Amino acid sequence: MSQINRKDGGLINKDKTITFTFNGHILRGYEGDTLASALLANDKHLVGRSFKYHRPRGIVTVGSEEPNAIMEIGSGAYKEPNTRATVTQLYNGLEANSQNHRGPLGFDLMAITDFFSPMLGAGFYYKTFMWPKAFWEKIYEPAIRNSAGLGTLAKQPDPDTYDKGFRYCDILIIGAGASGLSAALTAASSGAKVILADEDFLMGGRLNSETAKIDGISGSEWAKNAVDKLSAMDNVTLMADTTIFGVYDHGIYGALENRSSESREDSKKPRQVNWRIYAKRSILCAGAIERSIAFGNNDRPGIMLAGAVRSYMNRFAVATGQKVTVYTNNDDGWQTAKDLRAKGVKVVAVIDSRSISPVMGIQGAEIFMGTDVIDTKGRRRLKSIKLSNGRTIDTDSLAVSGGWNPNLHLTCHHRGIPKWNEDIASFVPDDKAPPGMSVAGRAKGTMVLNDAIKEGHDLGSSVAQDLGYKASDLEPATTPSVAYNIVANWGVPSGKNRAWVDFQNDVTAKDVKLANQEGFKSVEHVKRYTTLGMATDQGKTANVLGIGIMAENMGQTMEETGTTIFRPPYSPVAVGAFAGRRRGMEFYPTRYTPSHKWSEEQGAVFVEVGMWYRSQWFPQPGETHWRQSVDREVIQTRSSVGICDVTTLGKIDIKGSDVSEFLNKVYVNAFAKLPVGKTRYGLMLREDGMAMDDGTTARLAEDHFVMTTTTANAVSVYRHLQFCHQVLWPDLDVHMISVTEQYAQYAVAGPNSRKLLEKIVDPEHDISNEGFPFMAAAEISVCGGVPARLFRISFSGELAYEIAVPTRYGDSLMRVMMEAGKEFNVVPYGTEALGVMRIEKGHAAGPELNGQTSAYDLGMGGMVSGKKDFIGYKLGLREELQRSDRMQMVGFKPVNKGDLVDKGHSMAGAHLLGLRDEPTTENDQGWISSSIYSPMLGCYIGLGFIKDGLNRKGEFVRAVDLVRGSDIEVEICSPHFYDPEGGRLRE
Amino acid sequence: MSKTRYSAFKVVKEALTGHKGWEPTWRDAEPKADGYDVIIVGGGGHGLSTAYYLAKNHGITNVAVLEKGWIGGGNVGRNTTIIRSNYLLPGNEPFYELSMQLWENLEQDLNYNAMVSQRGIMNLIHSDAQRDAFIRRGNAMLFADAGCEYIEAKEVKERYPFLDMDNPRFPIKAALAQPRGGTVRHDAVAWGYARGASDLGVDIIQNCEVTGFNIENGKCLGVQTSKGEIKAGRVAVCVAGSSGRVMAKAGIKLPIESHVLQAFVTEGLKPVMDNVITFGAGHFYCSQSDKGGLVFGGDIDGYNTYAQRGNLPVVEDVCSGGMAIMPSIGRARLLRMWGGIMDMSMDGSPFIDSTEVEELFFNGGWCYGGFKATPASGYCYAHLLATNHSHEVASAYKLDRFRRGAIIDEKGVGAQPNLH
Amino acid sequence: MIINHPLLGPRDSEEFVYLGSTDLINRPTNWEDEASAEDFYQYQYIRENVAGDHKELWYHEQGDQSWLVVTRNTLTHEITNVELAQDVSRAMGRGK
Repeated sequence: MSQINRKDGGLINKDKTITFTFNGHILRGYEGDTLASALLANDKHLVGRSFKYHRPRGIVTVGSEEPNAIMEIGSGAYKEPNTRATVTQLYNGLEANSQNHRGPLGFDLMAITDFFSPMLGAGFYYKTFMWPKAFWEKIYEPAIRNSAGLGTLAKQPDPDTYDKGFRYCDILIIGAGASGLSAALTAASSGAKVILADEDFLMGGRLNSETAKIDGISGSEWAKNAVDKLSAMDNVTLMADTTIFGVYDHGIYGALENRSSESREDSKKPRQVNWRIYAKRSILCAGAIERSIAFGNNDRPGIMLAGAVRSYMNRFAVATGQKVTVYTNNDDGWQTAKDLRAKGVKVVAVIDSRSISPVMGIQGAEIFMGTDVIDTKGRRRLKSIKLSNGRTIDTDSLAVSGGWNPNLHLTCHHRGIPKWNEDIASFVPDDKAPPGMSVAGRAKGTMVLNDAIKEGHDLGSSVAQDLGYKASDLEPATTPSVAYNIVANWGVPSGKNRAWVDFQNDVTAKDVKLANQEGFKSVEHVKRYTTLGMATDQGKTANVLGIGIMAENMGQTMEETGTTIFRPPYSPVAVGAFAGRRRGMEFYPTRYTPSHKWSEEQGAVFVEVGMWYRSQWFPQPGETHWRQSVDREVIQTRSSVGICDVTTLGKIDIKGSDVSEFLNKVYVNAFAKLPVGKTRYGLMLREDGMAMDDGTTARLAEDHFVMTTTTANAVSVYRHLQFCHQVLWPDLDVHMISVTEQYAQYAVAGPNSRKLLEKIVDPEHDISNEGFPFMAAAEISVCGGVPARLFRISFSGELAYEIAVPTRYGDSLMRVMMEAGKEFNVVPYGTEALGVMRIEKGHAAGPELNGQTSAYDLGMGGMVSGKKDFIGYKLGLREELQRSDRMQMVGFKPVNKGDLVDKGHSMAGAHLLGLRDEPTTENDQGWISSSIYSPMLGCYIGLGFIKDGLNRKGEFVRAVDLVRGSDIEVEICSPHFYDPEGGRLRE
Repeated sequence: MSKTRYSAFKVVKEALTGHKGWEPTWRDAEPKADGYDVIIVGGGGHGLSTAYYLAKNHGITNVAVLEKGWIGGGNVGRNTTIIRSNYLLPGNEPFYELSMQLWENLEQDLNYNAMVSQRGIMNLIHSDAQRDAFIRRGNAMLFADAGCEYIEAKEVKERYPFLDMDNPRFPIKAALAQPRGGTVRHDAVAWGYARGASDLGVDIIQNCEVTGFNIENGKCLGVQTSKGEIKAGRVAVCVAGSSGRVMAKAGIKLPIESHVLQAFVTEGLKPVMDNVITFGAGHFYCSQSDKGGLVFGGDIDGYNTYAQRGNLPVVEDVCSGGMAIMPSIGRARLLRMWGGIMDMSMDGSPFIDSTEVEELFFNGGWCYGGFKATPASGYCYAHLLATNHSHEVASAYKLDRFRRGAIIDEKGVGAQPNLH
Repeated sequence: MIINHPLLGPRDSEEFVYLGSTDLINRPTNWEDEASAEDFYQYQYIRENVAGDHKELWYHEQGDQSWLVVTRNTLTHEITNVELAQDVSRAMGRGK
């Protein structure tokens, strides 16, 4: 039968029927339902299994605090595990499945663990599973892991998108219940820019679940009117279905807007939006969360919190049972009995643990004062309860209220420590809420509705006034005052029966006691030892109860016992929502050089370097292995001419009268006397004396320099230079700007490079060997007036130039040069060929400038000036850095030229050992940092670091790569493998 | 030993007799009037393991561990539980390898199941340069007998089908794994060492904050605490993120900054992954706890702080790192995030050393790598305290190493703590 | 966090890169002096590591590229002052 528990009324739309499935059964609900209310309407109480003992469990609450009703929603890649049915808005086609059971939900094979529960108490696993030793990883742990866990994560990539957004306001109001709406009305009317956020898809908070009248109309109607009024105001942003999950520094709030109220397969819209809200002030009106009482077998399906039972009735028009009982220690529990009775539901009994007069009469119900529930019966659904007076009562729905805890979570995100308030028997916020946050209503412990409304009303106005807005002239709404009296009740000794504190993690009152007995007395120790409060609900309904039990055990006050630390997120947030659009290609920004399209046309293979995409090599038809392409590019460049896109190098324009002095301070070598029209290689150190970066700096005019850095360090070198200038030497006349993206730059290398360039450089510029010798630099023009910068520098060791043009000419310059070079059989070469040629020439690059090497280690000690102060000078002289047995960079070549050729890997990463040494840390002499196959030498060569290397040229050692299984004899040699005299680059 | 041994038999017996026989895991002590031979300041993992090894290896049992809050409440109670000995530099690798060997025998040694689980740790390789660097590291590990395994891309894909092998930014080209790496139930390490030390006679004193040191003529004679003055022959500080604050009370400044590292855990899930996966290029590493939560982390927030909480930019960075490499985790929900204070040293490596004050010793600078070091840190600190000599595997961890230039900089980023 | 840039107004700290204590402004100038090795060592490596108000250097990398001196409490993260590092450096006597 469909929706047998559905009654009249409620805030649902009975004209719109919604069809959904639960464990494959087709069920119906209405628009306005949550999954939980629709399940209850269909009399589905058993909805899941507990974590440890696989106990049958039912819906307990009506909100995000739900411990039991967590299930898998959707299927395939869309499956979302551990989803709380109580906050899942019902939509057509919703597919829900219970989780954490083997076999059907009703006959979970894992329920056998419940039988062994006496052995599985708190911390049992720390005391066993130790023998035999090897069994932990192989037997015990896999078994534990398979039975633990909750829902199943889909293996496929998350098919949904998530957005990020930023919002700014004067006042963020968190929670749109009676206090929050009141605060929003006054704050907004004063003119402040207000954001009102609520985790529920229907604003109104508890007003939607209560029967109290406000200003003479029903609470839900008053709330709707208030929301309508606010939504009509320009200075108000309403964010329903939005959870403020964290409070960060300086008024930044994390907010998750849920947009999953429809079948995801049908939606192209983002599933959720992760908002960052910047608020000058905030008002927390997050209400209160009800707690349970620890009594025997208090976890059966059908036992729910009293406020939730009332919500299901009033808001969703769903009766949670045919014969309802209420067990309470406070006045509010009675309201549930009263409301149910008013809707015609049979209330069998009200049991109140307090020895006072009955709070009210409930027609047809037996009243038991000073009485407790001590046990219950009914495996898959509550059947009866047993009272402390010996009575047994048949009931299928027990509504329990242990009192209401102010929802102070967010007040503690900056380490606020809740204070105990005996009047309401709960913790309330201290005065250390995050800066800018005020608290109103039940979140503050103001339990009487009329007072909570007034508090929100006044705060909304006063906070707006603090920010310079006028006072609001609105009058607060009113409602008859209803008292809230309570006497704490943490549970009743229940003999052999277990009394649950944390439902989801199966923590019982006995577990808490055992932890205390074993010396775990701090609330943090108890949490960690028992896992109390560590489930997906973060103990929202359990923690205060657990603390109460601890306090009783140890004979201390609630405040002495204290709470555990509250941390974000308030309720769990999907990892995807934090990542937003940063996935796949969009993980980082992408940078392309101006000739990228040209490279694509050539079929280049790209590699990412510092977010840039650089051509790695350019395969030609018939080439089946990258080595063929790279060897060809090297040979063709060395024999004629090649072009490489080096746009990605950092380029910094520096002007001013003190630039040469400035450069003297940042480079190890002297720059003061660099003539105009010349380029110089420079090595930069960190202050600790280690090499930071290298590059060239050219002097284009008396007061104008241009520096290049490596691609990888372009950003950090520029930052460092700004530091040196602004912080260390603020009065130097130096002005700099990064022009990395303003210029396209190409290396043109090879014996025919000058001939090629002569075809495009405008004739008024002399680039002959005499007119433009090695290390010359000039501002010139090409192709009939296009401004360019030309540098005669060489990384390849060939006669070579680097030519830079404004970015917009980059693509055409590449095409023009390739056309001009046709007669020389010009070849474009990529980063691999670049790397081969630099290793053949013994130039240090990233693997050598790895932050662990000094100028001396790199064989550049001779460059280091002793006549000036520069960054890294003094600390570079420390004794350990000057030891002769430090590892120094040299070259390595195999004794047997054919070594490694058939192995498919180079020497890079191999460690260096004496010819007869065992591979041990003590015997380790160094390592190979870079290694490639040299087409010019016809063998693998490498750069590397070895102890005292500079004095050991000609010695033989072994390059041992145990990881890949090679061990070859190599000769220590000069790193300058090719054209060591350097004649080629001066031709 | 006064304590009953833990065993399956004992668990069953207690289950049948109402659990009345369980005693406190460790003795809660109050300070002795005539003081101690050694006072250890800091009841975290390192302090407790130091106490245990002092008593066990060196027979020094007149020892107190002073903890300002509850034991195990610092980084040993708040980390991503990973153990590994996959270090590069000779100053580090043998130390972490000793730690790994101690982990491997920890539970039998302590008779406490800390769930040491050698499920393997795998570093992903995305480029040739990264491959070269990892081969160098792998060889350093093999030279130190730490073990390692180079895994080709095809096999990575077979073993871990949920990884995004063809991510356009970070295609996975190979991986370097240490099969002996893994995870440990972090809290249990503190409790196990506390129990072991307490059984051997060590006093564990909680809620006892050190407020000052009694130093006369350059010699430390004891400490002032919230429970009064306590005399000591030797004082050994071991307070991780609080290093700066505590050592300042002895007038000592350190090459250390305090920074916050955030870590994250998702809701419980059925088994997703069985090892630790590290995605260095994307600043993300992840494993799955026995309870089913995916435990992950990334970089430190990057600014000096003692507030044990971080901010959103790093949360978002870490989660996008996760989505980049494991795009199925988008629908897993982040359940808890926390921030711990890291004692970030100037080269990313720690200190175990004497100080300029006689009889005052210092152990710190562990950065975010302190958890895996817990056994060896205590082992070597105890060795130093008992013998006056550095243990050979910890001999590089000297406080004056920067003055000499003997830097142990695994990442090569220099004297900037937030980059390590 | 939000840093109130003295020229540009409030900016999310995500736009900035952090370096460390303003002690790094006091780079020793006595490099020719033998004893300056100790000064450079102290300058580069030893930190107050303040628990409380901390003067520190932030660089507005995704902004105007100015280095700022931010006074921020390391216990609460409260920022009480933001200045241009160039001004602070000059006030501390640094020039060329």
